[in-house]
Amino acid sequence: MTAMPTTANADATAATATATAVTRRPLTDVWALTLRVLWYYKNSPGLVSVSLAAPLAMLVVFGYVFGSAISAPGGENYRSYLMPGLYVLIAVNAVMPSMVGAARDLERGMTDRLRTMPISRGATLLGQALADMFVSAVVLAAMVGVGLAVGWRAHDGVGRAAAALGLLLLLRFCLVWLGFYLGLLCGREEIAAQAGILVFPIGMVSNVFVPTAGMPAWLRAVAEWNPVSCAAAACRTLFGDSAGTATLAWCAAILLVFAPAAVRKFNRHGR
Amino acid sequence: MKTPYDVPSSVIAVAGLHKHYGKTHALRGLDLAVPAGTVCGLLGPNGAGKTTAVRVLATLAAPDAGEVRIAGYDVVRQADEVRRRIGYTGQHAALDEGITGRENLRLLGRLHHLGGREAARRADELLERFALAQAADRLVRTYSGGMRRRLDLVASLITRPSVLFLDEPTTGLDPRSRNEIWSTVRELAADGTTVLLTTQYLDEADHLAGQITLVDQGVVIANGSPAQLKELIGARIEVQLADAGRLEVAARVLAELAGGEPETDADERRVTVCTTTAAVGLPQLVRALDSAGVEALDVALRTPTLDEVFLTLTGSAA
Ligand SMILES: Nc1ncnc2c1ncn2[C@@H]1O[C@H](COP(=O)(O)OP(=O)(O)O)[C@@H](O)[C@H]1O
Ligand SMILES: [Mg+2]
Repeated sequence: MTAMPTTANADATAATATATAVTRRPLTDVWALTLRVLWYYKNSPGLVSVSLAAPLAMLVVFGYVFGSAISAPGGENYRSYLMPGLYVLIAVNAVMPSMVGAARDLERGMTDRLRTMPISRGATLLGQALADMFVSAVVLAAMVGVGLAVGWRAHDGVGRAAAALGLLLLLRFCLVWLGFYLGLLCGREEIAAQAGILVFPIGMVSNVFVPTAGMPAWLRAVAEWNPVSCAAAACRTLFGDSAGTATLAWCAAILLVFAPAAVRKFNRHGR
Repeated sequence: MKTPYDVPSSVIAVAGLHKHYGKTHALRGLDLAVPAGTVCGLLGPNGAGKTTAVRVLATLAAPDAGEVRIAGYDVVRQADEVRRRIGYTGQHAALDEGITGRENLRLLGRLHHLGGREAARRADELLERFALAQAADRLVRTYSGGMRRRLDLVASLITRPSVLFLDEPTTGLDPRSRNEIWSTVRELAADGTTVLLTTQYLDEADHLAGQITLVDQGVVIANGSPAQLKELIGARIEVQLADAGRLEVAARVLAELAGGEPETDADERRVTVCTTTAAVGLPQLVRALDSAGVEALDVALRTPTLDEVFLTLTGSAA
């Protein structure tokens, strides 16, 4: 029950009749905010193909231009080596749009409007993260289709391949929260877009394109510790050849740090 | 004397509100009382603390000291109860540009737990009522500034809030869009909504608000009905003469009538005086000048600009 207001209440009768019956409905909130993002994509269907453009361009540049001069470890087909890495990049690419989206909402006052409504804490961001899952599943499926077309194969059966795709979606889900936090930290769409470009080299300094063995020692250390490398290695393993635990640990660490940090930042903006 | 927060019928009751942003002391003991079903205009220059005050009242910012109650509920301890009763339209149009106007309203309806069908019905109703139905299925990105602002205002009406906060609702709008917003606010007030709006324009507050609260540097410097404030501030009389030689005579007439210290400008052949006696009317003025043998090309009684108001009340320019 709500405490009785001490001063006279202009809408006292209305309040007791309707408002007090209402409690928080986190699932309703999350679903509404999921719909928001899905409507967004429905109105701009081109955005889904844009999400595919970057990994496709990488496939062309690395798989065919440089790939002709790169040999994969163990004499494997280079494109078969490359594809799991590109799947991981799709997960990593989540950081940029979630950063820009969070910063845009903050800058345009959408965050403020949502915060003046009786919505459950964290529902806004969770709804957006879930909507992103729908979209990234589509993008990932399309990319796997491309992979199959260029000769990549999952060698170890459907179960392990599904585990790998699950791991990729989990990684993306966690990185979306990192993106939210960074976007709220930037506070302005323009800054977030600039800062988001920095994600690109993080994807490059990894084992996605070439094995780390040939890199200078200092760079190799960075590349090997890069969660992108560890996820790519895990995918290669699960998809067929033998680091899933490390990736799960990375996911847990990212989520545990950045999900609460992002929710806190969202709720405390300008307080 | 009763302090504002003792007034029992106040839907918005603010007492001794302080708010710091780092070293900036944005609110320094703000008091405010707005009775149910009235429109209050929070009027002040840039940086006066209007936005900060509205943000605290709308549960977006936490007060450092003081008490704020909305419809009887404390904004800090009972924020959710406050949020169920308020509508908030900030200084910038808070809409999702990538979805349509209708979808924006449906989203907010769902977030108010109306359910999908009722949210859709309410969205249609509001779009119809506020003449946005034609543009309802276009992306907000394609809206004009005025339409955006109107949709933004309508977006805070989904649940028929009993208290509505509008932060500079017409700043940057063309006169036609401004008039549309004004009539919307009037309609809402007629329906019994309590409205707190901030503005930098004296005439806006004058048109809409039954109560004007002047804020400067985080405190209230004057409060009352537009008529009371005008009486406090007075008006400015400007007389344009045909003959510069009559400036002295005209100045004497004005001093006598208005009781102020007239300023004469020989190059412009103009005499100006600020008056605090609200009773001076144009016909009276014209007759007095005429009988003193002064030929006036133009006689004007002007409401003071915000700058003049602040000059009068604080002794420094806004
Ligand atoms: N988030 C903030 N961080 C730091 N200073 C702020 C912030 N918001 C407002 N201020 C400062 O507080 C004062 C009052 O600002 P504001 O409430 O925006 O005034 P107004 O809306 O009347 O123009 C200004 O000096 C402004 O610079
Ligand atoms: Mg302001």
